[in-house]
Amino acid sequence: MSDQRLFAAALLDPDAPCPAGLIAWNGSDPARRFAVYRNNVVVSLIDALADTFPVTLELVGEEFFRAMAGVFVRIAPPGSVLLVEYGAGFPDFIERFEPARSVPYLADVARLERLRVRAFHAADADPISPERIARALANPERLPTLRVTCHPSLSVLRSDYAVASLWAAHQGHGDLAQVDPFVPESALVVRVGLDVQVIALPSGGDALAAGLADGLPLGQAAALALAASEDFDLTAQLAMLLRVGALTALAQPTET
Amino acid sequence: MTMQFSHGSSARGAPVRRTHPDGLPDRAGLGLKPQHFAEILATGPDLGFFEIHAENYLVAGGPFHHYLRRIRDRYPLSIHGVGLSIGAEGPLDATHLDRLAALLDRYEPQSFSEHLAWSTHGGAFFNDLLPLPYNLATLNRVCDHVGQVQERLRRRILLENPATYVEFAASTLDEAAFITEVVRRTGCGLLLDVNNAYVSGVNHHRDPQAYIAALPLSEVGEIHLAGFAEDRDAAGAPLLIDTHGAPIAAAVWELYAFALERLGPTPTLIERDNDIPPLPVLVAEARCAERWIGSARPDRLEVSA
Repeated sequence: MSDQRLFAAALLDPDAPCPAGLIAWNGSDPARRFAVYRNNVVVSLIDALADTFPVTLELVGEEFFRAMAGVFVRIAPPGSVLLVEYGAGFPDFIERFEPARSVPYLADVARLERLRVRAFHAADADPISPERIARALANPERLPTLRVTCHPSLSVLRSDYAVASLWAAHQGHGDLAQVDPFVPESALVVRVGLDVQVIALPSGGDALAAGLADGLPLGQAAALALAASEDFDLTAQLAMLLRVGALTALAQPTET
Repeated sequence: MTMQFSHGSSARGAPVRRTHPDGLPDRAGLGLKPQHFAEILATGPDLGFFEIHAENYLVAGGPFHHYLRRIRDRYPLSIHGVGLSIGAEGPLDATHLDRLAALLDRYEPQSFSEHLAWSTHGGAFFNDLLPLPYNLATLNRVCDHVGQVQERLRRRILLENPATYVEFAASTLDEAAFITEVVRRTGCGLLLDVNNAYVSGVNHHRDPQAYIAALPLSEVGEIHLAGFAEDRDAAGAPLLIDTHGAPIAAAVWELYAFALERLGPTPTLIERDNDIPPLPVLVAEARCAERWIGSARPDRLEVSA
């Protein structure tokens, strides 16, 4: 094994011996000094996860979160030097983490927080201009074939739990005690200007936004939404998507 | 015809630093932190430059680029890499180098710097600057990597001296001699981290002044100042930790003054990455550094001939 491979393995394994060949000027046990590196690595990566998943942390408390994150860091250190990408696998890990089973919605709240970070750093794009919208609406018979480009920051999270309400309650919106976590919710995550918003979607709203994001023509995405909920209000949901700037281009298949 | 003579500097030895007209100004700068973005644009603090960690800005869009563009339009910029892993046993990450090249093209910083350390192995990133034995094998590897970085980025880089907590039985060179040889062979410059020099000096029972004096000071392009935390090793000897989480210690200011006497005025960064205080607190530390920079300015006498 190479020197750095031994050093690296010992960084993440608290039971591994201190790597051979390390010395101190006073002949003291180098393990105590090596522990500084071990601590820097694990603590800084736990801190990075705490930054990305603040509501997840609040839901279980700092001590539990840091212990859970420490287990994750040791089995799944970052695979990229871009720390902003770290933690993509953390929600799936939480879902399988036995001590967190008593908080069944924890993994989905973590998924929502991960999507927020992704949205924060996603590419910039201008919303559709009012003129372009007016042109599209001037030909209502062609609306079903209209293709919509969603903002690069946009994503939809469908959950068996009240993810959007739980998240909002931790931002000071609404009373956490009044949130029933076992009500299924879908959330739209999108950056509006410089701020990432989490918007609870009504039944069918998830199908519309996800369908558009997948590149379906407006008619097909609307049909999916109406199939999911017969009182789905297509006009209101489209207006909401336009208002927050979630849509960035409109095109008919014949247009370039 | 007007000529300028340096006076007063000869008593303490003429400053030896080579300056670069396109480099950072000989002033103090701050690390750019997202919590200060809006305040910087609103108040325009009088600072010499800002420095960013390259890896934080290797994202597609959003607020980081929004604010950096506007701040770059008003201030000189230093880009400081923390993920190239120049000391790694494995090859450099070509994808990462390409991303850095694109970032440098986008923001045209006055300086790019990286570390004499490694932080990746076997595809894992450890988010810490890990130490190297100083011997011929690591010297050859570091020089190869620095050369590759400079070729890909089409610019001279500054290499930062590390803060370390252990030494290696396999070392055959001292750190200053190792760095001197890297600078000589690759033509790179030096980012003199005075806090690291102090921390490593205490941790390895070396004289930090002698260490600084042994470095290739003519090639210093920037200084870093930061705060440390205090711990103890297994024998109870002081072990300082480079945390970037505290004000700069008095002993580090003294060592900074020692370095400036030898360098002359030098761009100086106040580094604070943890427990980040309000912007005015950091601006006050930058003012303190600028007073030292001012006192290192050689007295100039203009004469007509």
